[in-house]
Amino acid sequence: MKLEDLRKIREKTEKEMVLRDGKARVRVVVGMGTSGIAAGARDTMKALLDEIAKRELKDVIVSQAGERGLSSSEPVVTVFEEGKPSVVYGNVTIDIARKIVAEHLVNGNPVSDSVIEVNG
Amino acid sequence: MSIYRTHILVPVDEGTVQAGVFEVKRRLEQKITEQGLGNEVKVVESGTVGIVGKGVILVVYPERMYYTNVRPGDVSLIVEEHLLKGRIPPTLKYASLDIQGGLKSLHNTGLTREQKRVVLDKSWKMSPEDIREVLATGGYKAVEKIFTEKMTPEAVIDLIKQSGLRGRGGAGFPTGLKWEATRKAAGDQKYIICNADEGEPGTFKDRLILEGDPHKLIEAMVIGGYAIGATKGYIYVRGEYGLSIQRMQQAIDQAREYSLLGPSVLETGFAFDLQIKIGAGAYICGDETALIESLEGKRGNPRIKPPYPVTNGLWQMPTAVNNVETLANIPEIVNRGAAWFRTMGTDKCSGTKVFTILGHVEQPGLIEVEMGTPLREIIFAYGGGVAGGKKFKAALLGGASGVFLPEKLLDVHMDFESLKENKAVLGSGAVLVMNEATSIPDMLFSILKFYAHETCGQCAPCRIGTHQLLQLAWKLREGQGRVEDIDTMLNLAETMQRTSLCPLGQSVVAPVKSAIDNFRDEFERAAGHSEIS
Ligand SMILES: Cc1cc2nc3c(=O)[nH]c(=O)nc-3n(C[C@H](O)[C@H](O)[C@H](O)COP(=O)(O)O)c2cc1C
Repeated sequence: MKLEDLRKIREKTEKEMVLRDGKARVRVVVGMGTSGIAAGARDTMKALLDEIAKRELKDVIVSQAGERGLSSSEPVVTVFEEGKPSVVYGNVTIDIARKIVAEHLVNGNPVSDSVIEVNG
Repeated sequence: MSIYRTHILVPVDEGTVQAGVFEVKRRLEQKITEQGLGNEVKVVESGTVGIVGKGVILVVYPERMYYTNVRPGDVSLIVEEHLLKGRIPPTLKYASLDIQGGLKSLHNTGLTREQKRVVLDKSWKMSPEDIREVLATGGYKAVEKIFTEKMTPEAVIDLIKQSGLRGRGGAGFPTGLKWEATRKAAGDQKYIICNADEGEPGTFKDRLILEGDPHKLIEAMVIGGYAIGATKGYIYVRGEYGLSIQRMQQAIDQAREYSLLGPSVLETGFAFDLQIKIGAGAYICGDETALIESLEGKRGNPRIKPPYPVTNGLWQMPTAVNNVETLANIPEIVNRGAAWFRTMGTDKCSGTKVFTILGHVEQPGLIEVEMGTPLREIIFAYGGGVAGGKKFKAALLGGASGVFLPEKLLDVHMDFESLKENKAVLGSGAVLVMNEATSIPDMLFSILKFYAHETCGQCAPCRIGTHQLLQLAWKLREGQGRVEDIDTMLNLAETMQRTSLCPLGQSVVAPVKSAIDNFRDEFERAAGHSEIS
């Protein structure tokens, strides 16, 4: 692979990641570092995926990332939505994960009690 | 300066002035004094917080509670219920996080407080396991830039020198100079090694980089290899870091697939490849010379310096050993320039520093802030202060080979120079907070236990000294110590500093001396219980 090829892949993926150009409306990122996993991030992830599947939401991408350092608030989940501030949730248990899907992703109302940061 | 458990922010702008903010503030201060909370609660005037049309606003920290439309008559309720009893009055209007109200990320306390992120800028936003996401978020742009602009290795080294980047592994040696020395040293084969042993107790900054953005490290090592003339690099990872090892290996495999590693990186003719070496859990293997011995398959005994690794490193060849966090700065310096990097931090310590905050704090975790950030801000603004409303006693900076700082030094700035002036070290960036109930002799005992366990035993001063110190600390702890033992400990540690072969034995003096100098009365009290003395 050459420099130009790298550039092409970069540009193509950039487009895919921009929500407004891609198929998805929302990107939900679960922090999956050692602390997150230890605090139950895998179960949180499963609950998110399950609830999203149950509600047949087709425009939501769930992905994983590393850790940001919010060790005392793990598991941490961030919701990125085009044109809106990103919302960071802390201590996301299975129940809260399901609530995030039902209330935030479906109805557009963030689950205030679990919000630890709003950006943008 | 006192330490307040609660801060109340009073935003003053056109809107709040019209709504009568000054009357609310006056009453608030009056009521706080009346209730005798003057030493615990501080009222601070601030600029606008961006909430419009909600009257007078009060923001209570660390809870980060926003009261809106506050009237003078509400003040007593807030003080008596919230501040005094810790109950939020249900009748008042508040928005813990008023998302719809256009509230931006205004977070003045806690780990979400605004930070300067360079090394950990996107590790939590993209998948470390998907190289395409990494590319889309700017990964490998620096490598691309170097080859597109045909930067020479010398130009890269010059850039790093200009940036003022210094090693984040503890010693603070200028990275550009290290690379230059390695490039200039004679040798057919050169190596770059990433020190990811992260053995300093209380430190986990490198882990977050390894787990969250392994490609950044690969990118930095490709650049480093190109700069110093190395074709081979090693990442020496702490064996306990299972996820780091797994993600790092996956990233290396992906990078090879994309010819970012291999016989001709991006078909430029530059050959470079990486290999992971898993450490076996010895603290001393974090020392660069012991690390090199271990890489060579031998017991991890440190070497006598000089010669230094830059001339006589791995297999006696010129080798640059860089810490994970140090390397993670490289891509952004290449992308954004040395001048940009120097806008952060202090004159002599540019850039950011990652700190891990732990111990008796409200919010243990990790932050990345500018070099030179005051310790007080790190502990109280970011860490949320001492947990459970207890009083601050001391902070241990830099892990086991660090120093105990008492309250009077809380305003020290966290950069290499300022800390040195105060006989402290930045070390690995661990900030361990201890509350008033902590026994410093006990803490020192546990540190000495660590040293006695981790000494490699190669030289007598360290092998014997660490155990003697442990014995003395144990006696103090058991109430069998004598007052003279305190000075014996100091004496021993200072002798070890002068006579030990490597920095492990040489650094025991740091915790011993700072503990005794700053908290001598506690040691004397412990010794005073002794029946023998
Ligand atoms: C006992 C001991 C333990 C060390 N542990 C580490 C470590 O875990 N990680 C690290 O990067 N440097 C560690 N160092 C410092 C390394 O010897 C070396 O200075 C560093 O890797 C150089 O990288 P830098 O210039 O990027 O800081 C340790 C040093 C000593 C004496």
